[in-house]
This record gives sequence, C-alpha cells and structure tokens, in this order.
Amino acid sequence: MTDTATIRQRGRRLTQAAVVLLCGWVLGPIYLLVLNAFSAPDAVTGFPKRWLPGFDLHSLRMFVEFQGVAEALWNSVLVATLTMILSIALGAPAGYALSRFDFRGKTAFRVLVLMTRAFPLPLLALPLAVMFIRVGLDDTPLGLALVHTTLALPFAVLITFSLFSGLPVELEEAAWTLGCNRAQAFRKVILPLVLPGIAASAIFAFVISWNEVFAASVLTVQHRTLTAFLLTSLDVSPLPLKFAGGFVLVLPALIFIFAVRKYLFAMWGIANR
Amino acid sequence: MPSRGLPYLLLMPAAIFLAVFFLYPFTLVAWEAFSGADGGLTLAHFATMAGNWKFSSALENTLLLAIAVVPIQTAMALAMAVLVTKIQRGRDVVLYIFTIPLGISDLAAGLIWFAIFDQTGFLNSALHTLGVVKEPVIWLGYQNRWVIFLAVMLAEIWRATAIMLVILVAGLGLIPKEYSEAAEVFGAGPWQRFRRVTLPLLRPSLQTALILRTILAFEVFAVVYALGGNNLPILMGQTFHWQFDLQDYHVAAALAMVILGISIGFTLVLLRVLRVPKGAGI
Repeated sequence: MTDTATIRQRGRRLTQAAVVLLCGWVLGPIYLLVLNAFSAPDAVTGFPKRWLPGFDLHSLRMFVEFQGVAEALWNSVLVATLTMILSIALGAPAGYALSRFDFRGKTAFRVLVLMTRAFPLPLLALPLAVMFIRVGLDDTPLGLALVHTTLALPFAVLITFSLFSGLPVELEEAAWTLGCNRAQAFRKVILPLVLPGIAASAIFAFVISWNEVFAASVLTVQHRTLTAFLLTSLDVSPLPLKFAGGFVLVLPALIFIFAVRKYLFAMWGIANR
Repeated sequence: MPSRGLPYLLLMPAAIFLAVFFLYPFTLVAWEAFSGADGGLTLAHFATMAGNWKFSSALENTLLLAIAVVPIQTAMALAMAVLVTKIQRGRDVVLYIFTIPLGISDLAAGLIWFAIFDQTGFLNSALHTLGVVKEPVIWLGYQNRWVIFLAVMLAEIWRATAIMLVILVAGLGLIPKEYSEAAEVFGAGPWQRFRRVTLPLLRPSLQTALILRTILAFEVFAVVYALGGNNLPILMGQTFHWQFDLQDYHVAAALAMVILGISIGFTLVLLRVLRVPKGAGI
C-alpha cells in the first residue's frame, strides 16, 4: 500500500513540475516583451540586457507619440468594434434559428459555415481589394471590418448556436403560455440568460479583428490598423518602437482572454461537432 | 405562430453575407488566377509564379514549417490537456495561463520572439552572461537561415498550441469518466488508459484540432516576417509581395490557389486518416 502511495505522490510531484514548467514556457516570453516595453530606449538597444524591469515609460511614450500610431490605434479599435457588431448582429439570429428550428437548407447552411474553416480566409482580401475599389470601400475601416467579419462570423454562429441550444425550449414555451409573443418571450426570458455568452463571443470577434495582420495590411493604405502599421514599418522602425508596439498589441488580448475564459471551452466543445 | 418563414428570415443575413463576402470572392480569386489578358483561360500566371526563384523555397519552407510544427503542437496540446485534468488546485489559473497565447496575434508573437533572438536580444544576453559568447551573435541573418526557421518554429509552437489545447480540453470534457474507471478496474495502467481509452474517444476533437491547426499553419505570415524579414520566403509572404509590392494581382491569385489547394488537400487527408467510424462517437 505504501508503495502505491509513494508512486502516487511522485506522480503528483511530476505533474506539478510539468505544470510549472509549461506555465513558465508561456509566460516567460511575454515577460521579456514587457521588460523591453518598460525599458528606456537606450536600454532596449543596449547590450547585454537587464533582467528586471526599469519601469521606464519613455519607449511607450515614444511609441504613442510616433507619427501615425494614434490613428492606427483608433482604426484598430474602430475596425474591431465594427467587426464585433456585424458578426453578432448577423451571427446570433442564425445561431438562434439553427438551435430552435428544423427546416430545409439547415444542413446546407451548417456546411457553409464549417466550410469557411477549411479555407485560408485572409486570402479573401485579395479579390476584395479590387472589388472595394470599385464600390468605394477601399482603405476604409468598414471594408476591412467586412473581411474580418467573414473570419469572426462562423465563430459567432457556432457559439450562439451552442448558447441557445443550452437553454430548454420549454422556457420559451412557458412564456408563450403566459401571454408573451415570440419576440417578447425572447427579449424577457432568453436574452437575459444568453447575454453574458453573447458578450463573450462579441469579445472573441473583437480579438480576431484586433489581431488580424494579412488582410489588414493588404486592404489599408492610408488608414492603417495597428497590426498593418507595425508590419509595414517593421524594417524601418527602431527596436523600442517595435517592442512597445508589440506590448500595446498584446495587452488587450490578455484582458479579453481573461474575460471570456469561462466560455472558451464551452465554445469549442460544441464547435467540435 | 407564423414560424415557417421565421428561420429563413433569421438565417438570411448571415447566409447572404457569407455568399457575398466568402463564396463570391473565392470565385473571383480563382478567375483572377486562371484568366488571361484576352479573357480566356490560361496557366501563364502559374508559370510566372513557379518561374520566380523564390517560389520553390517558399513552398518548401511553408510545408516544412507545418510538418515540423504541427506534430509537436499536437503532442504538447495533448500532454497539456491531460495535465490540466489531473490538477486539483489552481486549475482555472493554469488553464488561463495555458490559453493566453490564444489572444496573441502572430505579429505580436513574432515580435516577442524577436526580442529573444535579436542581436541585442535576450538569448545573446544570457549567453554573454554565461560566458559562452563574447560578442553578440547575429542569429537572424540570412547566413543562418536554419536559426530563423527554428525561431519561427518556436514562436509558432509557443503561440498556436493553445488553440489545439482548447479544442482538446473541450473534447476531454465530453468523454464520460466511467470508461477510464472501467479500464482501471480491469487493471489498465495510466499509459494504457490514455492509449486505449482516451485517445480513441478523443478522435473527433483531435481531427478538428489538427485540421484547423494545419490550415492555419499554411497561412503563417507575420511571425516569419517579424523574425526573418524576407530571408525566409513563405507562401503567404510571397502572395503579399506579388499583391502589394509588384501589384500583379494575377500571380498573387495563383499563389492563393496554391495555398487553397494545399489546405484542402491536407484537410481531405486528415479527414480520411482520422476518420471517425460510424456509431463510434460518444
């Protein structure tokens, strides 16, 4: 008995060590970026590096005041917000329809949504760049948001589908018998229950757009988003600028993943099927 | 209740959107790739593409990267997912930390690993402190293409394992504990339980994770650009180059078709190899 007990204990120690190691693997590189972002410009270009942060804001200030950065930041927020609104506005009704009704064409729509996963979507930016010039959407936040919505919409549909499927139809039916019509029942009973989940999938859409590089770089010229700005100025921008930019790019992601962490696995559990 | 038309009404916006911004552009890009100056069909753009001296190395690098990165990520994601189920205390914190890279863009990941591999970066600093090198080494120069490759590999493994992990953790959650417990009763050790019970039952999730990750691997772009500039040609980078710098939309479209072709090809292979037998699901 003591033998199995020691083996168990050893196994637990091993698990703990592996977990600590893997957490270090994830957090270490982020720490190094933060270290660079909070160091003075000459410390960033200096050698050898120090391993503790200097809490110097010069690099970050230099980045924010750099020409074009403020506008790029604003464009990124704008495009991501538009993407968020579009993908929820289009995706949530579809998710609801998929979870509540049986109708012809349902399978076809599901296949269409799943198909988007088998395609390298950023490549859509190539034909759309030409199309947008024709309709005057080139180099606009809306044009880019439309492309980002094709990235985020399938997720929005699948996530909202799983959210609505998690609520029994009986809840709605009870509201109908109590005199609500379909719209009222939805607004008063279903909506409050799914709102946190919808918020999570909205945030997910925001992050998808905020992080996207290829389409953003192809579709914007004057009105660069932050990722497009950073990418196209990579070979000319000094080191402190790059790392401060990288930090500004990562920061919202950290917060957002924290906000949606509860839904992450539920989202993917259902998206598996 | 007039509900016959309702589902279509609800579905319509999303369906129309996907038709206009997903299906239609793909016919456009295919047309762009195959259409000649006279309006007829031609393979000339593919010939131009293949004739470019960077194309074959771009194709090679992209495939090699995917082949080098995806298996490691699969193994790591599996290990991490199983580890997570074993933790009693602080599970949520560990899961949060493991999934952080999910929210980090490939460009940011590139910059993060650039901070390490750059000439004045942390790798050289560490080596200098340890006395291994006297002068900082230029790791990411064109002379050391394999170091760039390795740095990209590390950055990709670091960044994109989380997406597989999330899918696998969700998949593990769907497997009833009873199977594993029954196996334990019959004397199966931990490794046997993993090999014979968990892994087969996890196949649907594993398939999803692998397909998604492989397709994303062929789209690798900003990480490579941030770490190696143009020293390590890859397909997506070449597409960007033809579209943006050379403004030859036909060749860019031809490259897009190549990436699309590889993606679909690998998806079909993975669907076949990891086929889920009918009725074997949970």
